[in-house]
Amino acid sequence: MSTHTVPASVGTPEQQITLPFSKAWEISMKSIKIRLGRSLITASGIMLGIAFFSSVRTVVLFPITQTGAAAEAARSRHSFLAIMALLVCFVGIMNSMLMSVTERFREIGTMKCLGALDQFIVTLFIIEAGIMGLLGSMIGWFFGWLIMVIPHLFGGGARDLTSAFFGGSAVQAVQSVLIGLFITLIACIPTARSAAKMPPAAALRSEI
Amino acid sequence: MAANEYVVRTKGLVKEFRMGEESVRALNGVDLDIKRGEYLSIMGPSGSGKSTLFNAIGGLDKPDSGSVFINDVDMAQLDARELAYLRCHTIGYIFQTFNLLPSMTALENVTLPTVFAGLTTDDGIERGIEVLNLVGLGHRLHHRPTQLSGGQQQRVAIARALANNPSIVLADEPTGNLDLKTGEEIIALLRELNKKQGVTIISATHDYKMVDVSDRVVWIRDGKIAKIEERADIELAVGAIKDESAH
Repeated sequence: MSTHTVPASVGTPEQQITLPFSKAWEISMKSIKIRLGRSLITASGIMLGIAFFSSVRTVVLFPITQTGAAAEAARSRHSFLAIMALLVCFVGIMNSMLMSVTERFREIGTMKCLGALDQFIVTLFIIEAGIMGLLGSMIGWFFGWLIMVIPHLFGGGARDLTSAFFGGSAVQAVQSVLIGLFITLIACIPTARSAAKMPPAAALRSEI
Repeated sequence: MAANEYVVRTKGLVKEFRMGEESVRALNGVDLDIKRGEYLSIMGPSGSGKSTLFNAIGGLDKPDSGSVFINDVDMAQLDARELAYLRCHTIGYIFQTFNLLPSMTALENVTLPTVFAGLTTDDGIERGIEVLNLVGLGHRLHHRPTQLSGGQQQRVAIARALANNPSIVLADEPTGNLDLKTGEEIIALLRELNKKQGVTIISATHDYKMVDVSDRVVWIRDGKIAKIEERADIELAVGAIKDESAH
């Protein structure tokens, strides 16, 4: 009993415990399932962005028909398109994540009233965003790839689908998924963190 | 145990809100001592500051100056983890809009605070069923909030507030979204829990039905306590209050 640091009347208040990751996982999965429609819309926002990026990138894998300066111009045009695609992708995903956090301010406030720690709330959103980012990016890459490959096949370009092409596609698939996941988390974490830090009264007051 | 007689004490609470250029004092020096085990109603017109007082007592918002003591602990001295512990174990919250989590069933909603308190899943479910039975909803364990009526949702919210055996239940306009009869049932339930479980109930309201069951009524006007009435005064004055409200 050490009472010299704190006045006796104040006592020593106990601290809230940190919950295991499995609890957060359980709650997040439930939340994604019940909000399936909403989750799918968010995920398809991510999917479309990555599909755009992936389609631009896939084109680069086909052999370049131009030569010299024309080839150089085509290459820089593709780089420009890829950067634009990433920007569009970033804004789209940012918008989806902002919405999915702000529409749940009240829920965040309620959880804090029940004793949730800020970090727990952030973890919930990271899990949800991570799952949607992962699935959205994977499906998005595949769609973007397919959209470029099918017309190429019909255009008589079947001989371009070499093992080098598939190898390049695999590398791009991994890149797309990592980029999609990264952007989703970058968009989600600061939003979720600032929402979790709000005083519960402010979170509960929000009308959305 | 004189120090323990009061479960909540506030000293000189001040809270300002900025409205563009002007700042409005929602609370302007509120000193209030709330006894352990009493049923206290905070009454006042909308905009009088009663919800702000509710938020300050519940640790949901920080006052600009003044202090709130819960069980003699100054809330301003608590860090985030201690505050979360207090919200989890010592205070139960009930809201006008129920605020149940839509993704969870009644039982899961009620079990959630026990999860935060570190109870095992089995113990939490056992406790959840116990409190849902207590509020008369033992037959609606696996319904989602959307499948329940307003009165039933508020009962779930009351059960959730009681899950961790808090010493205080804070209710913000608990009957505000309910019809007359359902509102009466909820008030009766709160009163019963207050008597049987000995939990202190603090309710911010402008529902005059609340006055009849309260041990004390605190009248708030313009961010200040206008008057505090004891049970004995209330019984005499109920007629007068009803006259007043008619104007």
